[in-house]
Amino acid sequence: MEKAMDVKGLRKSFKGKEVLKGVDFEVKRGEIFALLGSNGAGKTTMVRILATLLKQDGGTAMVNGFDVALEPEKVRHAISLTGQFAAVDEILTGRENLIMLAKLRHLKNPRQVADDMLKRFGLTDAADRRASTYSGGMRRRLDIALSLVGSPRIIFLDEPTTGLDPEARIEVWKIVEELAAGGTTILLTTQYLEEAEQLADRIAILHGGRIIANGTLSELKELFPSTKVEYVEKQPSLEEIFLAIIDKKEAV
Amino acid sequence: MDTMKNHFFSDMGVMLGRSMRHIFRSMDTIITVCFTPIAMMLLFVYVFGGAIQAGTDNYVNYLLPGILLMAIASGISYTAYRLFLDKQRGIIERFHTMPIARSAVLWGHVLTSLVSNAISLVVIILVALLMGFRSSAGVLPWLAVAGILMLFTLALTWVATIAGLSAKSVEGASAFSYPLIFLPFISSAFVPTESMPRFVRAFAENQPVTSIVESIRALLSDQPVGNDIWVALAWCLGILIVAYLVAVRVYKRKET
Repeated sequence: MEKAMDVKGLRKSFKGKEVLKGVDFEVKRGEIFALLGSNGAGKTTMVRILATLLKQDGGTAMVNGFDVALEPEKVRHAISLTGQFAAVDEILTGRENLIMLAKLRHLKNPRQVADDMLKRFGLTDAADRRASTYSGGMRRRLDIALSLVGSPRIIFLDEPTTGLDPEARIEVWKIVEELAAGGTTILLTTQYLEEAEQLADRIAILHGGRIIANGTLSELKELFPSTKVEYVEKQPSLEEIFLAIIDKKEAV
Repeated sequence: MDTMKNHFFSDMGVMLGRSMRHIFRSMDTIITVCFTPIAMMLLFVYVFGGAIQAGTDNYVNYLLPGILLMAIASGISYTAYRLFLDKQRGIIERFHTMPIARSAVLWGHVLTSLVSNAISLVVIILVALLMGFRSSAGVLPWLAVAGILMLFTLALTWVATIAGLSAKSVEGASAFSYPLIFLPFISSAFVPTESMPRFVRAFAENQPVTSIVESIRALLSDQPVGNDIWVALAWCLGILIVAYLVAVRVYKRKET
């Protein structure tokens, strides 16, 4: 049970178009593993197969020691998925969303679980408002909180920060880092190089239906010719400026 | 698998609670569902009623069964709508990655449809009472009426489930119900079929609404139901079984 995930020769086609052409990778327990690729590279397909939503055409995928195709029920006990679009029930309040998920996970004290999650994700003040009134960042936080109900050991985050503003993105990053520190295994997909660089212990690049590179950031860097030392005047990026200004405002 | 089976009812209870909350938080769904049938009833009784020869002294009594079926046909389109939204917003996917009984997701919507349609029907019957609807029927015939209406709701709800699961847009999810809402017009719901041209009459007399309307009308007025009730039950069960099988197939196919 060293490995949280073990994917071998995974293939999947849609209407004759081969999206995954034999994907291999492993994810160790407690690791943050980033699947990097451009739009349409097959990242979401990959995640959907691992999360038991889609059946592969060939190859095997083991998650938490169980084959996703043969024993999906057992896999489902160990995983949770946060998809590209926040899957929260907008008509229910944040608290009701969490209680519902706790009940579906058959936890003992759903109210207490919900309260703890609300606190942990800074949603206590908004707990009794309908999720439809939440901002994008709050909705994403609730979405991730819902995924964490019942403390699954493996979490799939499919482009968790796409469409979020920079502040909300950093919030999500913090959550991911905390989770990993607590021993949860995380597989995240992203099209932002910077996000993979920031978070991941290991990065795999999915391109043309295959993993074309896989390793730690420093290993990937070694794939390139020796580093040159250059003198560059560092200009702050727009994001850094934005965040600095926001911080100042909030400090006042 | 054992744990899944044990949890089926509690999971379904959670799903039912969820979509009932949806209904009570957007009462407009129930109001919309009630509005058209009640408007039709007012229109037919107070505007057209004087000119319609239905061979009855109480036209509200004559009209009510068809109006109830019309309400059900429009009510079930909300099931398709809610199911479509759940699918589109990834909520069904979230449920499917969890260790819960998958069929509980569908059954939650189906039970919600039964409850919300029952509420609409009660509201419409109350309005009909105000408009002069009277029934001499006892408890048993009323229970039979309730049973037929529930069966009809269940059958059409499964049709709505197919629409909700396979629709590509919100409009598509509810558009299927328009022909169903108009079906009562080409039946004995508003006027006796004898007055219709031959082809229309042939259709009207052999489509499901007529037999159901005739059965309910007979039950409510303490008349013998005759063969109509068996034809009505056969239609409801037939639609129910076919729609259920197709819906489950569509649901399973969406999973892979």
